[in-house]
Amino acid sequence: MPAIPIDRFEIRLSGLGGQGILTLGRILGQALALEHGYHVAQTQSYGPEARGGASRADVVVSSRPISYPKPVNLDLLVALSQEACNLYYRDLKGEGLLLVDADLVPQPPTNRFCALPFTALAREKLGNAQAMNIVCLGALVHVLPMLSLKAVKATLPAVLPAKIVELNLKAVELGSTRARKRYPDIATQWTFFSPTTTASMP
Amino acid sequence: MASKKRSRKELFAQGNDAVVEGALLSGCTFYAGYPITPSTEIAEGMAARLPYVPDGVFIQMEDEIASLGAAIGASLAGRKAMTATSGPGFSLMQEHIGYACMVEAPLVIVNVMRGGPSTGLPTSPAQGDVQQARWGTHGDHSIIVLSASNVQECLEMTVTAFNFAEKYRTPVILLLDEVTAHTRERLVIPEAGEVEILSRVAPSMPPEWYVPYEDGLRGVPPMPAMGSGYRYHVTGLTHDRNGFPTSRPDEVQALISRQFRKIDQFFYDIQLTESYLCDDAEVAVVAYGCVARSARLAVDLAREQGVRAGLLHLKTLFPFPRPAVEAVLRTCPRVVVPEMNMGQISREVKRVNNGLAAVRTVNRIDGQIITPQEILKPLLRG
Repeated sequence: MPAIPIDRFEIRLSGLGGQGILTLGRILGQALALEHGYHVAQTQSYGPEARGGASRADVVVSSRPISYPKPVNLDLLVALSQEACNLYYRDLKGEGLLLVDADLVPQPPTNRFCALPFTALAREKLGNAQAMNIVCLGALVHVLPMLSLKAVKATLPAVLPAKIVELNLKAVELGSTRARKRYPDIATQWTFFSPTTTASMP
Repeated sequence: MASKKRSRKELFAQGNDAVVEGALLSGCTFYAGYPITPSTEIAEGMAARLPYVPDGVFIQMEDEIASLGAAIGASLAGRKAMTATSGPGFSLMQEHIGYACMVEAPLVIVNVMRGGPSTGLPTSPAQGDVQQARWGTHGDHSIIVLSASNVQECLEMTVTAFNFAEKYRTPVILLLDEVTAHTRERLVIPEAGEVEILSRVAPSMPPEWYVPYEDGLRGVPPMPAMGSGYRYHVTGLTHDRNGFPTSRPDEVQALISRQFRKIDQFFYDIQLTESYLCDDAEVAVVAYGCVARSARLAVDLAREQGVRAGLLHLKTLFPFPRPAVEAVLRTCPRVVVPEMNMGQISREVKRVNNGLAAVRTVNRIDGQIITPQEILKPLLRG
């Protein structure tokens, strides 16, 4: 059994096609399912996945078997484009957490959000803007109490092609470190996550 | 923090990947298909894996008609064969489904349902092919239609589909939907020997004594592989017990009624259902495929609000699991049938209902999965 009991924690990862949203969802889901032993249902939008279109991956995590595989009421929304943020913000719970790319989402629809410049960090610190999805995953490692750095690091080589694993291991570290610096108390003080939640249904 | 018990192989995989694993586990060595969304990952997976299976053959055919034709040929040659498709391709396969029924070729056809009719909604889920799977090919025939609702079940039902095909010498149709096929979940691959794998019965008599369509107690004649010395005639025309065309009423009657009997008399083996909290239920949901997952959550929510709800999850769709459905209709005053079509299984439920319960339907045809809330509403309203 996983260490932290959860009853339906719902995550949506959204942004533009080409940002690596679907890969991000797959790695996040696999780490939670295979490394941590949670029940996970990961679905994704099938549509205009061409570069530039809207893209979305949903991850439902639970300690119990998951019946309905899609999110009903989001606990965490990751928005890597303004368009995605506007579109999906209304699906976020009142106490849910919004995590955005500071540069790509200039106008968050609320004051209550976390922002980190994932793309700028990836470009400047790693020399590769494409690693921004994994920098974001690093931030999720800090934000989500049930996700460990070790689990993510073990999952990366299983999903990604060998030649980019090294770069992405650095990207995870970078994202996690930056998130810890910027929001040191997020996992303990913010209310979006509580391990004892009962059904998070409307 | 992590709890790792990896005695068996675990994957984080889609329903389509699970179908591939299930087929290989069952001993499938032949796949012919034409890729089509949302079933493409099955073709991709078989193309990647079959070359490494002894005698494994993957062929991409020119269309779905040829795909099923090739699978029938492989089946007659002794292979366990499969093809996968979606709505438009399934329509093309209908003629050969009838041929497979007539020549009693064991094989598995996976149809990942998408929105229709015609090209419809290629990337959205639907359940519009349920009656087509039963009655799509012409002529009166018996056939087995199965469904699956999650990733692990995709593997299990693929194995079951192969087992039924081999045991009853019949094409078996596995109906999935886009949600089930594309959701990623943990998939535990059983080890060989952990699951029961059945294979067709080969004739034990010498070739010159072999009567290809001889009736027996089970109604399933033994089946040799082409090229193994047993020579017989294969035709889509109604045939006598030796396999040659006949229009003699007594022989036609014997053939067709045996083809029905070989499946119908084993209904207790074939009709798989799963009952969830039905024992004390005052209202029950009858659902299948991904909608069964919505229904399960709706049942939990209704129970939280004090309504004694239950779920009958149909895994076998045809032959219609009448005994299990009748049991629910007898004990629950109200029954709700949600499906992503205008009412294809609810027809069957109403057919066996005979005024026992009040049957309500929840239908959705806009390419979206039915949500738990939509099912909860009729559960709560008394």
